[in-house]
Parts: sequence; structure tokens; C-alpha cells
Amino acid sequence: MIEFSAPDYLTALPEMFLATVSLVLLMVGVFVGNRSTKLLTWLSVVAMGAAFIMVLVGSHAPSTTFFGMFVSDSFSIFMKCLVLIGAAVTLIMGMGYVKRESMNRFEFPVLILIATLGMLLMISANDLIALYVGLELQSLSLYIVAAFRRESIRSSEAGLKYFVLGALSSGMLLYGCSMIYGFTGFTGFHEIAAVIGHGGGDAHGVAPIGILIGLVFIAAALAFKVSAVPFHMWTPDVYEGAPTPVTAFFAAAPKIAAMALFLRVLLGPFHELVEQWQQIIIFISIASMVLGAFAAIGQRNIKRLIAYSSIGHIGYAMVGLSAGTPDGVRGVLVYLAIYMVMSLGTFACILAMRRRGQMVERIEDLAGLSKTNPMIALALAVFMFSMAGIPPMAGFFGKLYVFLAAIEEGLYALAVIGVLTSAVGAFYYIRIVKVMYFDKPTEGFDKPMGAEISSVLAVTGFVTLFFFVYPTPVIEGAQAAAALLFP
Amino acid sequence: MLLYIAPVFLPLIGAAIVGLFGRVLGDRPAQIVSCVAMGAAAITAIIVFNNVVMQGEVQQIYLFNWISSGDFQVDWALRIDELSAMMMFTVTIVSFLIHVYSIGYMAHDPNVPRFFSYLSLFTFFMLALVTADNFLQLYFGWEGVGLVSYLLIGFWYKRPAANAAAIKAFVVNRVGDFGFALGILAIYLTFGSISFDTVFAAAPNMVDVDLEFLGGSFDALTVICILLFVGAMGKSAQFLLHTWLPDAMEGPTPVSALIHAATMVTAGVFLVARCSPLFEYAPIALAVVTFVGATTAIFAATIAITQNDIKRVIAYSTCSQLGYMFFACGVSAYSAGMFHLTTHAFFKALLFLGAGSVIHAMSDEQDMRKMGGIWKAIPLTYTLMWIGSLALAGVPFFSGFFSKDIILESAFAAETGLGYYAYAAGIAAAILTALYSWRLIILTFHGKPRADEKVMAHVHESPAIMTVPLILLAVGAIVAGYLLLPMVGSHSDFWGTSILVLPHNNALEGAHHVAFWVKALPTIVAVIGILAAYYLYMTKPQLPAMLAERLRPLYLFSLNKWYFDELYDWMFVRPAKYLGHGLWKQGDGGVIDGIGPDGIAAAATAIARRVVKLQSGYLYHYAFLMLAGVAVIITWYLILG
Repeated sequence: MIEFSAPDYLTALPEMFLATVSLVLLMVGVFVGNRSTKLLTWLSVVAMGAAFIMVLVGSHAPSTTFFGMFVSDSFSIFMKCLVLIGAAVTLIMGMGYVKRESMNRFEFPVLILIATLGMLLMISANDLIALYVGLELQSLSLYIVAAFRRESIRSSEAGLKYFVLGALSSGMLLYGCSMIYGFTGFTGFHEIAAVIGHGGGDAHGVAPIGILIGLVFIAAALAFKVSAVPFHMWTPDVYEGAPTPVTAFFAAAPKIAAMALFLRVLLGPFHELVEQWQQIIIFISIASMVLGAFAAIGQRNIKRLIAYSSIGHIGYAMVGLSAGTPDGVRGVLVYLAIYMVMSLGTFACILAMRRRGQMVERIEDLAGLSKTNPMIALALAVFMFSMAGIPPMAGFFGKLYVFLAAIEEGLYALAVIGVLTSAVGAFYYIRIVKVMYFDKPTEGFDKPMGAEISSVLAVTGFVTLFFFVYPTPVIEGAQAAAALLFP
Repeated sequence: MLLYIAPVFLPLIGAAIVGLFGRVLGDRPAQIVSCVAMGAAAITAIIVFNNVVMQGEVQQIYLFNWISSGDFQVDWALRIDELSAMMMFTVTIVSFLIHVYSIGYMAHDPNVPRFFSYLSLFTFFMLALVTADNFLQLYFGWEGVGLVSYLLIGFWYKRPAANAAAIKAFVVNRVGDFGFALGILAIYLTFGSISFDTVFAAAPNMVDVDLEFLGGSFDALTVICILLFVGAMGKSAQFLLHTWLPDAMEGPTPVSALIHAATMVTAGVFLVARCSPLFEYAPIALAVVTFVGATTAIFAATIAITQNDIKRVIAYSTCSQLGYMFFACGVSAYSAGMFHLTTHAFFKALLFLGAGSVIHAMSDEQDMRKMGGIWKAIPLTYTLMWIGSLALAGVPFFSGFFSKDIILESAFAAETGLGYYAYAAGIAAAILTALYSWRLIILTFHGKPRADEKVMAHVHESPAIMTVPLILLAVGAIVAGYLLLPMVGSHSDFWGTSILVLPHNNALEGAHHVAFWVKALPTIVAVIGILAAYYLYMTKPQLPAMLAERLRPLYLFSLNKWYFDELYDWMFVRPAKYLGHGLWKQGDGGVIDGIGPDGIAAAATAIARRVVKLQSGYLYHYAFLMLAGVAVIITWYLILG
């Protein structure tokens, strides 16, 4: 006899809430039109805030619902908080841009909201199908916002490139999922883990090659989403071409969600295969760090530079994952949190780069900024030093934790390469500081930059600079989240 | 307990106050503060001396744990025994008098507080050195006095010669200090501790212990003692490491008197005396000490007779007298060495400060060839210089007579080949000592004035603030010999347990029983020396020039200080410079910069340029790379998995 009982909706309350709100806001937009963009933006921010609170007050004990496809635990709570903060902050600081740069259409905040919902679903995915659904919900929204400035060729190109390559990666993901299903007979993470844990049918405890191939495809698809080398090629073009608030959003939220998924998949169903996937991750990590460091040197456009920088940062985060230990995962989570703050701050600076009403994006446009806009220059200097990993900025601690975890696992070569590439990376970060502080001033940027941007700048700058004073909440949250993945 | 700490730390407090707040305080308060601190230190040191030496209350005061690292434990403690009390006594009194003298001497200098701060700081380090309870603490004081010596030699830092001399002093001392540091390491290696108590107590058991080094095996105690002695050679300007001392005269004269005559340079002698429980078990090391000491005594004296700079004459004289102290230690007559150290501190400080007074009177002229005929103008200084010289030459009843005699007798009584060598060298040096001392007096004070009229018109006696310390030192130079004679007395326990002499090494005891001619010879040769000087420079002033002409090679050899500076320049300085230049241009500039920073930077940009080209902008390139990536990873697993 088949028993039917309604799933426990409360576990997925924030997602249910966001889904409802996004539909309601879409209706409002349809009926009111583009006049409502500002209102919808604020409402979206409020909805994210409400979801944030729901996530926080929700049960921290692991619980699953929707027949085991959806899981809520301290790991998902930590990641969802990051994603919601990132999404809300980018919405807020993008408002001025959206208004000025003919992006004033009501779909924008709603799409962002839906993408965020997709990310939350990804983070909570506990089944290959749920994973795919969440990922696609997020990706489809992102394809659209990347091409949101339809009249701009670069924006359309960015959206199209992202879509085509994204579709390719989705294909890989599905292919990988089908391999896994074929060799294990399950799609749920727990069940897959159980099968692999029992040796996957092989008498010697070695997983069948089919599972490995499936794993490689899934890892490749996820690596695409976090823009790790060699699946990174879309990143510079999309970062440069997409409207700046969208780029900021790309850098902050989806990367974190995809990284969460990466951690969840590798340490959940494939936990037993750690020795196998560790090799992939080390390769990806080294390739990303090296490419991120060297390719950024040649860049003149600051958004492109940040794109390469983000590739490098993912490489560093992967160092922690390579360790495959609770300390390593904690390092990844701390790194992501710090990276999100730094990158939000950096994009706030980039959004303030407006001269006579026109956005400027070249690095030489920053020349002499310390004279013309000392506060922006100071904040950007803090972010650059932090990204370069110079103590006592937050970025230093991010790197410290992942490198320490790698060294404890005996991955000395990886740690050494990481340190060397961050030395190379320091060159282009500090070059920006040099341009701002030592080059001849050009015309200053438009003032005022807007209350949203300046407050984002102030908060992120403060957090980056003074993280070391009270890092406990982040460290402890990350600790709890990491511990969960190692039962 | 506070009483015992006070003399060590009062100078530090004085130095800190004057050094940090000197500009705010002004010159006069700075002088008062440092002199009061030093005076208080001197008074407490006298009380300590009385308690320790007279009453025999030996103290060991634990202050705090300094370094604690595994087995390596170092405390900071004051070891107040007879040896250190004696040193504290001498150092604080001489230092106090020189502080007072400096008020007058440095009156016109723009950096008075800095000078006084350095002087007090030096005194602190010297006291830290002598009260050390372990080798590291001693090393602390040792390096500290070296540092302040550097600062004070280069006090007039605008003079290139002063800077060069300061650097030279520092570098030459570094050679010695390296030996000392190695010695401390060897001690830790051998004994597992660097505390005096532990090391000295264990020394008898270590006689046959060997140290393995580079495949060779060496007697541990001999190696340790020779290394320690290398340190002592550097600090005390002994033969081969002496070159810095004469140049150090570039510093202000009170500095020469305090550091480069009375105290710091005697630290080496103190070190050997302090380590007598080690040296006694290392006869080879003692032989080395005797040889180097005796050689320095005669060698420095041969240079002193031809020098023209009044301070350099006294500097070489110091070098020579330190040689006496060392060979006394070398024949196990440590107490004789310490005795000479103390009397020498008084009369050599007196001579230097007297020379300072002369220089002051002659409007900063130091060349004796431009002096002469001034004894009537500055009778007090003249008299005081006589007293100092009489003491130095070892004329009976002045302090130097007692200490020098006992040293020479001990050397003779040692009844070893090296002992006789030391005795002979000491006698020869004694003639030369008398000769150059009276050459100095006659050239400086007698004969026709050789300075120009302007200078001569200005010749004047120094103010009381300078002459009173001189008079007090002169009193010390006369009476110290009598008062401290118990130091070397037969069966005396003046030194308690602070100095160890093995029974079969007791040259000092033998010194009281040598033949009369051995005892009388030093006095006779001193008188001969004085008479010779009188004949050469007073009666027949043209004779020295003739002699110099006749014996030109010998004269030049002496005048140019045996060409040691040139030799070292050729042997060490130039090769080091060439090596440094080569490493800089080819090594650092060519190889390290070329491959390192510059090369890496160039490589980084080149790589960057290529990497950027990968980003073609074509979608199919991107897609291809993704698929290729997957293919590569899967192939990897298929082959290796």
C-alpha cells in the first residue's frame, strides 16, 4: 500500500516564500509597468531580508523534505545567508545604475529574485534532480540579466556566450548525472553515498569507472559555474560585457551558490571517492590560481581584471577543498564569505566610476583618485590590499585558513604554488593602488556617488579592514557548517 | 638586596633619563642627573665592596628568568663576589670622576646630553658585564659596551675619521666577539649549561672530554678557553686584534680615558680571570694567553716610542699594559693581573685626562711636535702627568710599581719557557715604557714652544671641574698600590673563591720568593728608561732625529705601527671589498636581480601576454577548451585510475 503524506513545507519556508513573492512582484510589475522598478527593487530587497531572517531562525538541525530531495542544515544556512546578503547588496547598489543606464525595467529585480531562489534551491539540493532544477532556475535567470541591456552589443554578446556555454555545461551535468544514476541506481545523495560506500559493487572497493566518469562530468559542469580553469573562458567576456550591477551580482551570489553545490556534491555522495576527486580539484585549483594571477596582469579594463581575479580567488578557495578535511572546508567557507565582501566593495567602487554621466572602466581612469576622490581611493586600496592577501586585511585570513588546511594535509606543492601566485597577483592589485596614489590626477569622478553606494562602500570597507578584530561569528558559522559535511 | 642592584641599574636610569629627555632638560640638568646617578652608584659600589671583600658577604641575586627554551635556561642574576665587587668599585669610581671631568671638557659641545647618556649607558653595560652570572649575560654586557664604544668613538659623527674609526672598532671587535660566541656555544655543547656555577663546578670533570668538529677531535676545555680568549683579544686590543684601539682615539678624550683605557678594554682580562676555573684546566690555552700577552706588551711599546699624537702614545701604552695583565693571567697569577688592572685604571685614566687637559690648553692640538715649553703655564696638569707617568713606569712607591713588579716576578716564578719569555718581554717593555712616557712629558712640556703665538697666548690651566677629578685620580694612582696590595699578598684570601688557581700553578706564591735581582730589575730598567729619555730629548734634542735617520727602516717600521693597518687592508679589507663589489655587480645585479626580481617580472609579463591571447573571444574556442578539459581529466583517470 502506498502511503501519501504532504511534505514538510516548513523546512523549505524561505524558498516557498521567495517563490511566492517573486510571482506576486512579477504581477505587480506587469500591471504597473516600468514605473514600479524602484518599488520592486526595494520589495525584493525586503523579501530577501525576510528570507534571511527565516533562514536564520529556522531549525539548525539537519532535516529533509520533499521526499529527501531538499535538505536544510547548518551548511545550507551559512551559504544561504551569504547568497542572500550578496544578492540584496548588489540590488541596492545597482539601483542608481539601473535608473541611469536605460535598464529601468521591472523584470530586473524580479529576475534577480528568481535567480536567488534558484541558488537557495541549489544549496539545499539533496538529489541530482533537485540539483539540476535549482541550477537551471538560477542559470536561466542569469542568462537574461546578462543580456539585459538589449541595445548594447556587448551586453547581448555576453548573454549569448553565457547561454551557449551554460547550455553546454548543463548538458555535461545531465550526462554526468545519468552516468551516476546508471551505475548506482539512485539519484538521492544519501543513497549514492551508501552505494559508493559499499564499494560500488566492486570486490576491491574500487568504484566503477562509470561513476568516476560521471563524477568528472558533474565536476566539470560545476567548475563552469564557479568559473574555474579550464571552464572559465566565459568569465572575462561576460564580466566585461554584462551591465556592471549584473557583473557584481555574478561575482557575489552565483559563485557562492555554485561553490556550495560543489562542496555538497563532492563531500556528500562522493565523499568516499575523496582520493579520486582530490586530483581533479588540485589540478583545477592550480590552473585557476596560475591563470588568475598571470592573465590579470595584461588587463586594462577593471571589470575584466576583476574577472581574472575572481578566477584566481576560486583557485584559492579550491585549495581548501583539495585538503578534503573539515578544516579545509571551513577555510573555503571563510574564504567565500570574505571574498564576497571584498568583491561587493570593489564593485561598489567600480559603480562609482562615472565621469560626466558616463561609466568608465579603464584602469588608467583611476589615476590620481587619491586626490580627487580620496574616500573611494582609500576604500579601493583596502579592497586591493585585502585581495592581494596583505595582513591585517580580511583577505589575508581567507588565504591563511585554506593554506594552513592544505599544509596540514601535506599538500605542500599546492600551498607553495598558491603563495607564489598570490605574490604574482599582488602585482596587479597593488598596481591599482599605485595608479590611484602616485599617478597624475585626471578629472575626478562624478559626485555624489549616491547614498547606496557610499554606504555599501563604508560597510564592506569596514568589514574588510577590521575583520581580524572579531572574526568569531564567521569562523564559528563556517566551522559548524563544515563539520556537518563530515559526519 | 636593593643595595646590590643599585650600582648596576642607577647608571641605566641616569642614561635613560638623560637620553630620552636630554633636549627637554637642557645641558646643565642633564649633567647633574647623570653625575648624581653615577655618584650614587659609586657610593653604593664602595659599600658593596666593603661588604663583599672586607666582610666576605658574597651575593647571588636572582632577578628574573630571561630565556627558557627546553633545556636551555638562562636567568638574569647578579653575581656579586670579590671579583665583580672589585670591578664595580673601579668602574663606578673612575666613571664618576670622568663624568665630572666631562662637564668641563665637553662644555662647548652642542650634544652634551647625548654624550652623558652614552657615558652612563656604557657604565651600565660594563657593570652588567662584570656582575654577570652566566655567559649569556656576560655576552650581553660585552656587546653592550662594544655598541656604546662604537657610538662614542663616532660621537663627532661629522668627522669622517671618527666614523671610520668607529666602524673599524666595531668590525675588529666583531672578529673577537665571534670567537667569544663560539666559545659560549662550545660551553653549552660541553656542559649543557651556561651558568657560571654549573660550568665551573663541572670543569674538573671535563678535562679529558673531546669536542668533535669536522671529523677532528679537540680537547674541549682548550678549545673553549682559546675561543673565549679570542673574544678577550678583540675587546682588549691584543696583538693581531689591536688595530682598532689607536684609531679609537678619534673619540672625545674622556671616552678614551674611560672606555679605551680604564674599563672596557680590561674586560678581556676580567673574562680570563672570571673563567680561571676553566683556564686552570687548559694549560695550552694558558700558554697561548701568556704568549699573546707578552708579545703585545713589547710590540705595542715599540710603536709607542715613535708616535707623535699624544693620545696615540697613551693608547699604545694601554695596549702594552693590557699585555702585562694577560701574561700575568697566563701564568695563573690572575690576581696580579687584576691588581694591575685596578692600578692601571687609575693612572691611565689620569694620563688620558691629563692629556685631555693639555689638548684643552693647546686649543685642541694633539700633535706633540707642535707643543713644548708649556709646563710653566699649566703646572698642575704638568705635575699630574708626572704622577701618572711615574705610576705607569713602575717607579717605586707609585701604584704601578707594585702591580707591575708582582706580574714580572710571577712570570719569572712560573719557571716555564714562556714565563721567562714573558719576563724578558716585560722587562724590555718596561724600559720602553719609561722611555716613551718621558719622551711624552719632555716633548709636551719642555723645550722651546713649537706652537704658534696665538695658541701659546691662549695656553691656560683647565677649570676646577676638570682638575679636581684629575687630582683625585692622582691620589688613586699613588695610593692604590699600597691599599690593594692584599690582593696579591702571600696566603691572602682577598679573592675568596672567585679566582681558582691550582696548587701546581701557583706562580704568585713563587713570586714572593724569587731572587732579588728579579725583583729589582724592573725598577732599574725604569730608571734607565727615564734617564735615556732625559738624555735623548732634553740634553741632546737633535739625537732622536739622527737616530731615526740612521735606523730609518726600523724607525719607519715602528712609526707605521709594524704596517699592520696596511697588511690588514691588503689581506682582508681589499679582498672583502672586491668580493663585495663582485657579488654586488655580478652576483646580485646580474644573477639575482637578473633571474630573480627582474627576470621573474619580465617572465610574468611575457606569460601574461600569452595567456591573454588565449582569450580569443570566439565561442567555439571556449567550448572546445571546456570539452578538451573534460577529455583530459577523463583520460587521466582511464590511464591512472
